[in-house]
Amino acid sequence: MWVIGYGSVMTAFPASIDATANLLTDHNYVADRPLATAVFLALKLQRPLFLEGEPGTGKTEIAKVLAVALGTELIRLQCYEGLDIHGAAYEWNYAQQMLEIRLAEATGESRERIAQGLFTERFLIERPLLASLRPRETPPVLLIDEIDRADEPFEAYLLEVLADFQITIPEWKTVKAEQPPIVVITSNRTREVHDAVKRRCLYHWVDYPSAARELEILRRRVPDAQQMLSRQIVAFVQELRRIELYKLPGVAETIEWSRALLALDAVVLEPETVNNTLGVLLKYQDDVAKLQGVEAARLIERVRNDALVRGSA
Amino acid sequence: MLPEVELDRLQGRLAENVMHFARVLRQAGLPIGTDRVLLAFDGLRTAGLASRGDLHAILAACFLSRGEHRTLFDQAFHIFWRDPDFLGRIMQMLMPQVKQRVSVPELPQNRRLAAALLGPSTAPVQLSESRIEIDAAFSWSDREQLRKVDFDTMTAEEWAAAQRMLDRLPALSALRATRRTVPAARGRQLDVRAMLRTAARRGGETVMPTWRQRRMRIEPLVVLVDISGSMSRYSRMFLHFMHALVSGRAAANLRVHTFVFGTRLTHITRQLAARDPDEALAAVVNAVDDWSGGTRIAHALHEFNLRWARRVLSTSPTVLLITDGLEHGDTDLLTREAERLSKSCRRLLWLNPLLRYAGFEPKAAGVVALLPHVDALLPVHNLESLDQLITALAYKGERAVIANGVSPAPRSQ
Repeated sequence: MWVIGYGSVMTAFPASIDATANLLTDHNYVADRPLATAVFLALKLQRPLFLEGEPGTGKTEIAKVLAVALGTELIRLQCYEGLDIHGAAYEWNYAQQMLEIRLAEATGESRERIAQGLFTERFLIERPLLASLRPRETPPVLLIDEIDRADEPFEAYLLEVLADFQITIPEWKTVKAEQPPIVVITSNRTREVHDAVKRRCLYHWVDYPSAARELEILRRRVPDAQQMLSRQIVAFVQELRRIELYKLPGVAETIEWSRALLALDAVVLEPETVNNTLGVLLKYQDDVAKLQGVEAARLIERVRNDALVRGSA
Repeated sequence: MLPEVELDRLQGRLAENVMHFARVLRQAGLPIGTDRVLLAFDGLRTAGLASRGDLHAILAACFLSRGEHRTLFDQAFHIFWRDPDFLGRIMQMLMPQVKQRVSVPELPQNRRLAAALLGPSTAPVQLSESRIEIDAAFSWSDREQLRKVDFDTMTAEEWAAAQRMLDRLPALSALRATRRTVPAARGRQLDVRAMLRTAARRGGETVMPTWRQRRMRIEPLVVLVDISGSMSRYSRMFLHFMHALVSGRAAANLRVHTFVFGTRLTHITRQLAARDPDEALAAVVNAVDDWSGGTRIAHALHEFNLRWARRVLSTSPTVLLITDGLEHGDTDLLTREAERLSKSCRRLLWLNPLLRYAGFEPKAAGVVALLPHVDALLPVHNLESLDQLITALAYKGERAVIANGVSPAPRSQ
């Protein structure tokens, strides 16, 4: 959806919280004020921004939008269990190094020369963390996505990067960023991330949006949907979030569902259409079973009545 | 908005109040170091103060580090920084007398917060009440009997025996290969980086193969302990066992989440973390409201599946369920929740103290509902049976079926 931008002109950092909120809104990200505050502080104080929240609440999106809005590059590191230095920071090009040794032997170079030349920039392969520290015109946005999927040793490694924006490569040297990157870390909280990592960051819990904000998000992201339908969709999803479900629908699901309903040419919420498309909103069979039929019909009824009351008021 | 200069000049009072606020939060249990307070000063200076909402947002970004602290933070904020005419007063430097302001409060809803704001509580927990023991074993009451149990310590011999066994535990527990590697004398993966380093040192003369292999780690555990009336004599011992486990020698390598449940589910991993066993167990008793009350296994499992499963089962651990299975409520719900739990962990071991009776037969409705979904049913009434448990944990097979007298039905795939 968002093209990773190589901005030629750096947009200056926003000067206030309002400017930050406006900047995000201009790029179709509707942020509430606490989030805008956190983003603004992260930019100004050059601290990593740690975003935690349920899946589908737009955590990753913030990094993407920031990169586009600031006209800079987005460097993304997707975390997984066992992610190590080789995948995250850098790797030596072993094949090249082997070749170099053989070549040097063939030309009869001295041992010292070989030893000196083997671990230099020429043989270094950059991975996201190292890439984000390299000098460039504008500091990039470094997105460390779903850090809860990585394991504890990786968190420990991150500490050096986050605290000093530097990476120590033992065979070579310490690489330090001239301008620290804008770091955004996201977590779905499938496990608790260590406090040492969080301590270095500004923390923000990304909550489900209020009805008004969700409506605004829909208006911007699914502009084709009728106002009436959007209203009902938002009311329905907001009601859903009050029910005890294994996985509550996030904003991403709301957007997907609106698109699905649009594709089915729905103008208002009908029990049948809702039942048929529940799979877009709910991802657990138990949840779908709970809602299918009577419960969904009841919710739709309530949503419609609410809309009527609001319409006449 | 206030100009920056203003803020700098007035910073004395504001800084002081922010610091007091941080201290209140710290006393309420939020981990806020001096660095976070300094960060908050930076934040306030950078962002300025346009409204009370902004102050809230800035302090939240700087002071919070966990989602579950938000409610506490919000409550504390609203009590501490209560001022209807925020913008008007800020020029005179808001909130001059912290202490006065807080001492006329409506009581905060949170006990921890109340203690932090108002100082230590004057009403000590009355432990003597627990002396009135009503033997509710094998009966069930829906009502929570807010009783606090006075823990006796284990006898010295019991303790020594347990300690001895726990020393054997790390050697016996099943190890699981992680996705990380460590240098090894032999292995499947070549350690090319180490090879080239050696080669470079020797001037590229010889390249000797060196190896790496997968790092092993003790399997994570999640423990659910039933503390209802019918179970109380065993759960006490088992909590001792758990404490020994998480504070023992192998603790650094071990990841354990512990929960207790009677009529509701309580996460007690943090309380158990205290070094001293009596202190830890006292903390557990304090945290739990439904000690020796009724039991609702199905609801407890439901709550676990709903609120905790995603957070503590992501490493696919072995789950120990310690209960007698005497559920008098909704057995359909129990079947469903047990199935879900069993499907989202690696092994589900059921420890049942009733197995001590030779003639135990799985006839009770709750037992029948649970049995098809567990991998093993084990006794847990004395130290000897804990020994058996350790053997079961050490069993490396996937989905091991180890039964003592009772064979669970084979899992349907």
